[in-house]
Amino acid sequence: MNYSDTSIAATTPFLGLENVRKTYPGVVALDGFSMEVRPGEVIGLVGENGAGKSTLMKILGGVTRPDSGTITVDGTAHDGLTVEGSLGSGIAFVHQELNLFENLDVAANIFFGREPLRGGPLRLVDRARLREMVAPLLKRVGANFSADTQVASLSLAQQQMVEIAKALSIKARLVILDEPTSSLPIAETDKLLDVIKGLKADGISVIFISHRLHEVERVADRVVVLRDGMLAGTLPKSAINHDQMVKLMIGRMLKEREKASEAARAPGATALSAKAVRTPAYPARPVDLDIRRGEILGLAGLVGSGRTELARVFFGIDGTLGGSLELDCKPLALGSAADAVAHGIFLVPEDRKLTGILLDLSIAQNISLPNLPAHAKRQLVSASAETVTAEKQKKDLGIKAPSVQTRTGSLSGGNQQKVVLGKWLAMNPKVMILDEPTRGIDIGAKAEIYGLMRALADAGVAVLMISSDMEEVIGVSDRIAVMHEGQISGILDKEHFSQENVLLLAVGKPAN
Amino acid sequence: MSKKDLGLLILILVVGAVVAIINPRFLLPINLANTSNLIGLFGILSIGQAFVIITGGIELSVGSVVALLGTLFIDFIAVRGLGWPIALPLILVLGGIIGLVHGWLITRLKLQPFVVTLCGLLIYRGVARFYTADGTAGFAFGQNFPELEFLTAGRSWGVPNSFIALIVISIVMWVVLHRSVFGRYLYAIGKNEEAAKYSGIRTGRVVMAAYVICGVLTALSAIYFAMYTRSISPASHGQFYELYAIAAAVLGGFSLRGGEGSLVGVILGTVLLQELQNLVNLLGIPSSLNFAVMGGVILIGVLVDQQWGVFRARRLMLDASRKSVAAE
Repeated sequence: MNYSDTSIAATTPFLGLENVRKTYPGVVALDGFSMEVRPGEVIGLVGENGAGKSTLMKILGGVTRPDSGTITVDGTAHDGLTVEGSLGSGIAFVHQELNLFENLDVAANIFFGREPLRGGPLRLVDRARLREMVAPLLKRVGANFSADTQVASLSLAQQQMVEIAKALSIKARLVILDEPTSSLPIAETDKLLDVIKGLKADGISVIFISHRLHEVERVADRVVVLRDGMLAGTLPKSAINHDQMVKLMIGRMLKEREKASEAARAPGATALSAKAVRTPAYPARPVDLDIRRGEILGLAGLVGSGRTELARVFFGIDGTLGGSLELDCKPLALGSAADAVAHGIFLVPEDRKLTGILLDLSIAQNISLPNLPAHAKRQLVSASAETVTAEKQKKDLGIKAPSVQTRTGSLSGGNQQKVVLGKWLAMNPKVMILDEPTRGIDIGAKAEIYGLMRALADAGVAVLMISSDMEEVIGVSDRIAVMHEGQISGILDKEHFSQENVLLLAVGKPAN
Repeated sequence: MSKKDLGLLILILVVGAVVAIINPRFLLPINLANTSNLIGLFGILSIGQAFVIITGGIELSVGSVVALLGTLFIDFIAVRGLGWPIALPLILVLGGIIGLVHGWLITRLKLQPFVVTLCGLLIYRGVARFYTADGTAGFAFGQNFPELEFLTAGRSWGVPNSFIALIVISIVMWVVLHRSVFGRYLYAIGKNEEAAKYSGIRTGRVVMAAYVICGVLTALSAIYFAMYTRSISPASHGQFYELYAIAAAVLGGFSLRGGEGSLVGVILGTVLLQELQNLVNLLGIPSSLNFAVMGGVILIGVLVDQQWGVFRARRLMLDASRKSVAAE
């Protein structure tokens, strides 16, 4: 074994994790996970949502400490990292949601808080020197924009380059990219993958987290697969292929879910339909879509493909720029969400805390809000009527809270989502639109929400589920419509369900 | 009555007791009657303001509206010979229209409340001055309106009728704000307008209605102020009244971000402000310091309230962490 010993010595890992374990109340997020990253190595990190990737990121960023295990950075072993320690040893993050000041220019963003000063009491920024410092960084990431461009005017991929340049500016030795391509068009993705190759050539390590397995295939030297907080397997360069990754990631789960919704049902009559509807996000792209009674129609697509905008039109928040809506084959005019609610079209929005519920109101007050006149006599709200309605929803949905008078803000994400559902279920929905209904919700509550959607469909409600979780879309839907840049690029029937088909349609290519 | 309101009430009583000990004239019926008359006038104004503030808006034009509508009212009944039973509802309708226009500009044309009502402040003041040619609107010698004067400036059982009017309005508005569907919508919109809209509330109409209510109550108080002063020079009448109203609401626990505050709170805020005014007079503090005293007290009040909130939040967190440790 002398031979392999020397080869390891030649490339001492920059980062090593050994037997790292992290538990949260009721959940084991990481269960004895080990991996290592060598200098100049590109690691593809893949795993389902909830597999433990974000916990791993938090530990590497020093935001949380593991319960046990060792983290070795640059030869020094630690029990856990601090934020400063992580930064100081050259670990940099580029998050899925970019942390840039859109109103400032590129240079200001890259050296924010670390601007070179001209000296003197006024602490003026030395603009000339700032530009000198920024120029080589931009060159390294292959930027085709100048340092004094406003960030707001850059494309998403360019903004990501700014983030990477920022990472380089702190002399990063490991750059962790979290879902960097999930909202990028294909051409821009290629640019980003080139930047990653450039980093590798400079001896910088990269951890590339992505659901887009084809990209992982193209760029990774090694793939690490996480499943249920454990290392499901490692694939060396020669063994990296799509099927292997999927097998390690989901194999077991996928079968289970398919079985659960295998009973195919006869489609009902069309409930809500869009006829050449044009949304404010893509004014030139008409959308045609029928949602039938008794089905769960999955709406897949990349972030920014226009799914949420379509839901907003269905719910009357935004007007259509053309085309028309029909409900039960009758023309439908929506001037506001109030109109949609009056027609039994309900939306569980994507951003629960901003638009789904009022955190400061009680469970009962949130549930009665859309239907308050029904809980009032002569315009005076009856607290007892509110309580009766809320108690029923609390029981039916299994909302875990001390009472229905509890402030909604103090509930867990899953229970908050149930309150959002409860306010609509109390009102006999005809069409139920759910935008990313299980985002940020723990596994147990997820299953309950899937069950609820199925029960609604069985009761004859038309259910539209927008989701970016591939497994969820495939496992829960009866049909899948896929959006690409504002248009429906295809609708898949049950027998054509597959990750590849959804992904192909999502990037605007025909399905197999 | 919430804890906040109770704290304010205790502060009012303590300040009152201190002033009464230093200067017993504070408790003379004539002083109490005068003060409660002012509480009535400013209270009606402040309730209107409170309805706007609860939506997260602000109404800066009320002082100018008091001047303009007061001028018009006196002009209608004293110069143009309009009967007051006609002039009074007409003025209320005008106040409502002003509120409607503000609400429309804010909800439909998406202008900021501060900007819209600041422009209103300038416009109505200017119009009022132009209307009287910068003169003074008042009654001719010997002109009398016994019923109107009784209702506005008179007294029943020694209590000023303006104060009684405030109590009646307060009860009605308490029900509207704290018990009605509309009141719940106001709080919901103030807390999170987007979420309210996503719950199917027609938020634009509700906010507009709040400005209309503010306009009508401002118009009513304009009539009371006009009948109290009996002569109006539009250049100065009602100046800074919007700030009195905003101060009363803030003292009463309203957040300028919206969604917080109670009707009892804004009334108590008005009482405290008038008590402070009275205190300045009775304790021989130079009246030029009037505003400074008011500003100082509001600042201290808000500061104590905010620090108390921080303290309570910290205590809650400590409790929660202790409980979770005990559970393990």
